[in-house]
This record gives sequence, C-alpha cells and structure tokens, in this order.
Amino acid sequence: MTTTAKTTPTTPDTPRGLIPLPQSAARVLIALGAIGTIGSTYMSWTWTSDFPGDLTYYGSPAGLQILDLVAGVLTLFYALTRWNIRGLNWLNPAGATAPVFLAAASAFTVSWFSALAIAIDLGGLVNLDPGAYLAAVASLIAILGALALPSPGNTAKAWVSKPDNIPPAGKLPAWGERLVITAATAVGLITFAYGIGVDPDASETFIGFLLLVVFGSWALLAAGLVERFSVLNARHKGFATSMAFLAAAIFPFVENNEHNANLGVNILVVATVALGLNIVVGLTGLLDLGYVAFLGVGAYAAALVSGSEFSRFSGIQFPFWAAMLTGMAASLIFGVLIGAPTLRLRGDYLAIVTLGFGEIFRITVNNLDGTSGPNITNGPNGISMIPDLEIFGFNLGSSHTIGSVTIGRFANYLLLMLIITAIVVLVFNRAADSRIGRSWIAIREDETAATAMGINGFRVKLIAFALGASLAGLAGTVSAHVGYSVNPAPYQFAGSVPPNSAFLLAAVVLGGMGTVGGPILGATLLYLLPEKLSFLKEYQLFAFGLALVILMRFRPEGIIANRRRQLEFHETEQADIPEQSLPDTTVGVTKAGA
Amino acid sequence: MTTTTATSPVLEATGVTMRFGGLTAVRNVDLTVNSGEIVGLIGPNGAGKTTFFNCLTGLYVPTEGKVAYKGTVLPPKPHLVTSAGIARTFQNIRLFANMTVLENVLVGRHTRTKEGLWSALLRGPGFRKAEAASRERAMELLEFIGLAHKADHLARNLPYGEQRKLEIARALASDPGLLLLDEPTAGMNPQETRATEELVFAIRDKGIAVLVIEHDMRFIFNLCDRVACLVQGEKLVEGTSEVVQGDERVIAAYLGTPFEGAPGDEEIAEVEAAEATGAQSTTSTEGSAQ
Repeated sequence: MTTTAKTTPTTPDTPRGLIPLPQSAARVLIALGAIGTIGSTYMSWTWTSDFPGDLTYYGSPAGLQILDLVAGVLTLFYALTRWNIRGLNWLNPAGATAPVFLAAASAFTVSWFSALAIAIDLGGLVNLDPGAYLAAVASLIAILGALALPSPGNTAKAWVSKPDNIPPAGKLPAWGERLVITAATAVGLITFAYGIGVDPDASETFIGFLLLVVFGSWALLAAGLVERFSVLNARHKGFATSMAFLAAAIFPFVENNEHNANLGVNILVVATVALGLNIVVGLTGLLDLGYVAFLGVGAYAAALVSGSEFSRFSGIQFPFWAAMLTGMAASLIFGVLIGAPTLRLRGDYLAIVTLGFGEIFRITVNNLDGTSGPNITNGPNGISMIPDLEIFGFNLGSSHTIGSVTIGRFANYLLLMLIITAIVVLVFNRAADSRIGRSWIAIREDETAATAMGINGFRVKLIAFALGASLAGLAGTVSAHVGYSVNPAPYQFAGSVPPNSAFLLAAVVLGGMGTVGGPILGATLLYLLPEKLSFLKEYQLFAFGLALVILMRFRPEGIIANRRRQLEFHETEQADIPEQSLPDTTVGVTKAGA
Repeated sequence: MTTTTATSPVLEATGVTMRFGGLTAVRNVDLTVNSGEIVGLIGPNGAGKTTFFNCLTGLYVPTEGKVAYKGTVLPPKPHLVTSAGIARTFQNIRLFANMTVLENVLVGRHTRTKEGLWSALLRGPGFRKAEAASRERAMELLEFIGLAHKADHLARNLPYGEQRKLEIARALASDPGLLLLDEPTAGMNPQETRATEELVFAIRDKGIAVLVIEHDMRFIFNLCDRVACLVQGEKLVEGTSEVVQGDERVIAAYLGTPFEGAPGDEEIAEVEAAEATGAQSTTSTEGSAQ
C-alpha cells in the first residue's frame, strides 16, 4: 500500500477542527486518551461486586471493562492512522477524520455509560474507583482530540459519514482476500458469541456491547472498510457464504451452553422464516401480514405426525424427512388456497386480506378442539410432548460428546436448523437469480409493464407465495420439535414474543429487503435485544417501535442494503450515475409544438 | 420506400369498440397492419389512440370487435398477446426502474424462455444454457439499440432518451412480429427524434411490422407507409401520408373549422397580412408558428 506517496490528508488551506489546536497536539491527545482508556480497564472501577460483571479487580478487565478495552484499542489504532504509520493505512484508506472521531466516540460512550451506570446503580459517585475516573477522563481527552482534527465539513453529519474520496482498494492475491473474509467472519463470530453470552441480568454490559458494536461498525463504515469488504464478499460469494455457515456451525462448540444454544435455534428459526417472507415481500413486493400462519401450519403438521400422544393421529410417527415434507406440503397447500383468491388484489387490499387469513388460521386452530369443532388440533392446549427427532439413529434429544465438547439437545437442533437455513438461503439465491426471480422483481417494480412483457402475473405471484409458504412450513417442522409443543398463541399478528407476523415483517424491513443477510441480521437483532435488555420489561414493544422509527428515518433501505434499494432511497448519492450525458445536445433545442 | 414483397396481414383489428360506462372511447375501428409495414396512428389528444393500443394488447378487454394476429384471434390477456408476438412500449415510460438495463431486457425474454422454478433451483445444464442464451440475445439487442456499454446501470439512472430506447429493446426481446410504439419520441429533441426514426426503420428491416402512435407529424409522415387518423374514437381516414395530410377533416380535427363571423377573425386576418408583407420585404429567420 502506498504510504510515502500520500501526504497528510489535510487540504492545502488546512481546515481547522472544532477545537483550535495544532494537528500534532490533536493526534497526541487522541493517542494518549486511547492509551489511558486501555490502561484504566486494568484498574478497579468500583469497590463492590454488586455491579454486573464484577469490575473490582486490578490487572484483569471484566464485563464492561473488556468492551472499553476493545474500544480503546480501536481508538488507538485509528489515532495511529493519523501518523501515516506503514501497515495501518488500510484501516483508514482516505485518512479521514470521521472514522477516528467515531472510534473515539465508541470509547467515550462506553466509558461514560459505564461510569454513569455504576454511579446510578449503586447510588452515588462515591462508588466509583479511580479506574472509572481515569476511563472517563481519558476517553474525554480522546474525543476532544478527535474534535480538534481537521473538520470534514460544516455539518454535524459530515463528522459521522463516509467521505467521498476513498481511494480504490489495493489488489490482494485471491488467498489474501479469502484470508480477509475468514478473519472478518471470525470477528463476527466472536462478536456474536460475546453478545449472546452476556448474562441476561447484566443489561448494563449488553448496552455497553451495543454501544461498542454500533460506534465501532459505524467507524469501519465511515472508513470505507465495510464497502471494501462487501466487494470482496461479492467476488468470493460462495466462499463467504460457506465461511458464514461454518462460523455458525462452530458456534455451539464455542458457546457451550444450552440456554444460548436454545437462543441460537430460535433465532435461526425466525431468521429462516423471515428469509422465506423476504421472497414474498422483498422480491415480489406482496405485503403479507399473515405470514406466521404458514409457520404454524408447518409446526402443526409436524406435530400431528410426530407420534405425540396428544396428537389426533397419535399412532402415526413419521420419520423426520417425511414429517418435513408433510409440513412443507401442508403449508404449500395452505399458501395456494390463500393465495389463489387473494393475489388478484394489489397493495393495501392484499395486506388486509392476508392479515385476515393469518388470524383465521389462529382462531380456527383454537376452535378445532372437539367442542367448538372437530377435534384435530386439541384447541388452545395445543399438542404437547412432541418426541425428539431421530435422524439415522441419531437422537437429537440426547447429548453427545465430541472430543472434549458436549453437544446438548439444543445444540443438536441448532446444527439441524443450520442445514435447513442453508437450504433456504440456497433456494432464495437461486430463485432470485433466474427467470422466475426476475419476473418477481419486475412485478414488484411495475405489474402492468410486467404483464405487458409476457409475464403471467397471477401465476408468478402464486409461485412466490407458495414458495414462501413452504419454506416457512419447513422451518415450522423443526420449531415444533425444538419447543416440545405447539399451541395457537404465538401465531398471531402482533405480540411481544416472536414469532408473529409483525415481528417477521420488521425483521425483513429492518435488515434489508431483497437481501439474504438482511432478514437474518434483522431477526437476530430483534430476537436478541429483548432477550438481553430484560430491564425494559413492559416497554419492550415501545422500544421496538422507537427503534423502527429511528432506523426508518436514517436508513430506510434497512441495515444491509440491497444495491437497488440503496439507490432508491438515496438518490443524491447515486453510486453509478451514467458517466456520459446525451450525445451533443448542446444546441439546447427542444421539440416545438406537440 | 421499399417494402417486402409478401404483404400478408400481421394484425387485423375489426370493429374494435371500447366503452367505459356511457363513454365510447373507441368506436368500431378497423385497422390492418401488413408484414414489413410501418403504420402510423395519429389523432388529437383524447382521440382514443392509447385506449385502442390497450385493446390490441389485452390490457383492456374490448367491448366489441376482435383482434387477430397472423390470422388467429387473440385472447384479451396481456401476457398471452405478448407471447403470441405483439410487443409494446408505453406512452409514459414504464421501465423496471430498479433493475439494471440488462435485467430489463432479460425480463422481456420471459415469453421466449421456459425455465421454471424447479430448473432455477436445480440449476441443470439446460438452465445454464438457456440463461446464457438469454443473456447473449439481450446483449445483442442492447448492442443494436446502442446501450450495451450501460448494461449494468440501473434503468432509473439512464437519461430520458435512453430510457425510451431501452423500452424498445425490452419490447424487442420478446421476438415480436409486431411492435406497438406509443409516442416513442415524446419529449425528445430533434436529434433524438431523428435517431428514433432510424431505429424504427432498422426494426422494420429486421422484418418486424411497426404500429406507431405519435404527435410529431414530421416524424410520422417521414416514417410511415400508411397513416390512420383517429378522432373521438372513430377512424376518420386511412391512407398514405399525402392522403392524410391533404384531408380536410384531419386538419379540421386538429385545428378546428373556421365559421362565419367567428370572434378573432379580424385579428387573424391582420396577422396574416402582416406576416405576408414581412415575409416579402425581409428574409425573416423566424419560422412561422403553427
């Protein structure tokens, strides 16, 4: 990488920062602040172990201190990029101010949040040990230093957004690129495992984790690294996908804890269903508000043929593959039955009708109890005691020891669910990039034009609807076995506990419509956040709504944006404006008359 | 103009009538387009030209009358009409804005390919071959239309004139025998209009008959072998450019008929007199307004 050729990124007239200080002083301040922050994490922050994470030790960081340590190291690295140190330039290719500021902000927010949380939780500043004061002061120095860096623009937005002048990435050999993807996947796995491993009672630690992740990844985004990484990903699509799945498969071995494995399975179920919904909503543009019913159909179908003694057909026990196909087929039929009459509607009308059908499913299942109707589903009691799956003599219900690691029940299901998620991802990718996928997108874009191009709109929409339904049914078959029982309650439109249709839709919209990663990330966040932020209690839905509003205001295309949608929402920042204009229309004549 | 020797009818519309409640938008229109022909359809705004197009392409189900393509009567379903071999463009551009230029054309190939969901999921050799062939054909068309270098741009980012061209390429992708163009030069400058003219001739030379709606008379009369004029839903006159241009009823439909003692007559006479003297005395550079 070029280091000597590039001079300091300041423009000739050297725009000053918000704080008038010489550049060298600013840099030194940030570095000192970062080092101070790092140092503070090795000190005691409070005297009592009552505060979650036990921050009382000298010499060994714990809980929030680890997070602050990471933030400090990040800040230090970004401070060093201001000195053009060889080998660090890749961190901040444009040598911009924004990523340094954001990195310093991550340290600042984590430190100050921790200090305030200790003071408030334990009742007073007296509970703070010198380490906490040092962290607060050092991180304040770092952020003040960052504010003294050359101002990237006149608006506050310029301080936190990606600059335009990011130089193109240097060429790496193919193995190097794969190495980068592997490393990034590993970082992602560690981050995820840490986040999911946070004690549910230690909400403070989780908030610190969120602050670090948000500001840290924001810094990487502002540095242009996220964009470079997505280019790499696109170049090695197959490799990147397999790495992601490998990381997910390693997860139960890393995080050897049944509770977390259970969380993992549920996240995967919801993510898979959200991915199925993404075919309907993201690709075909059909707003389906009753999608969770298909998950329910799959789960009930699997439960009925599982051999549970509460099942109407308790004598029947299908092998897993047959139960899977049954669940899929039941959802498929249900999807076609609902889709055939409703898909003639467009837009809001379709949304309302699907909402109605979703509720009809739940109410019907509730009433098929033998008193209000024929006894099929056992009414509100549902079907419980669903036996564990057995695949090729491998009982998923019991623990197995591989080497020194014990793989428990939920970890077994996690691995099974991972295979199913992989299948769904494959189906999504292949379907999207084909004749049928293009016709879905065409219908989303302009249905009239699409039919005029020879697309049978009804048929194509029905295929999307049926495919989405059967994928949800597939996930439902596993979820029935994971949860031991099925009952009608969770399959509603909106509720505080996932899965429900609103939750699934939010996962798709938040994560990014029309992408593979989006719904998976969206479902993960939406599932994990309420789980870890238990102090929110009854305000969960409120916080959920607030988060939605904020995200839709600042990033309407979702966290992981499809290239198309990104351009749709940020027209001023078009990535591929045609580089040439119309052929010599300099005359400026417009057609007269007409 | 050269026309191909075989002049079998490609499109035969007989007695097409379209009523919306009490309003008759198109009344008993007959129109024939022969192979190798460029036929123009003109008429004042609201004459029912686009409604007639929609009847031809199955977007509307005509109240009466039938439309036949190469001898077979077409069912009134847009996708069946397209797969039979009639492709169209729209008056207000209706591209798939958030798809790339290439994808837009690939969507146009829809009727000429068969690969369904299963083959997309299984990705057999047949699927790959069909996909590659589609892409090749689409690139050929983009080459023909002059947009191959922008294949990966989003359709929404193209300038107006190129969006019009892309719409034509997308329509051509379905390998039609008849292309319906709805105001292909609306909003274009003279150079672009000229280029479109060349393009339509090139399409005709590929053996595709063209039926075109347009308001630009110079464009229409340069281009078309035959022109039909639609006024208030009825076909007023049909024939060669000269016949239509000379027809008094057509002029009346566009400009209105003068009547005795109309208000403003005196002013018109004054202006005409002034213009006549002005034109005689100096060589005015100003073109006369219509």
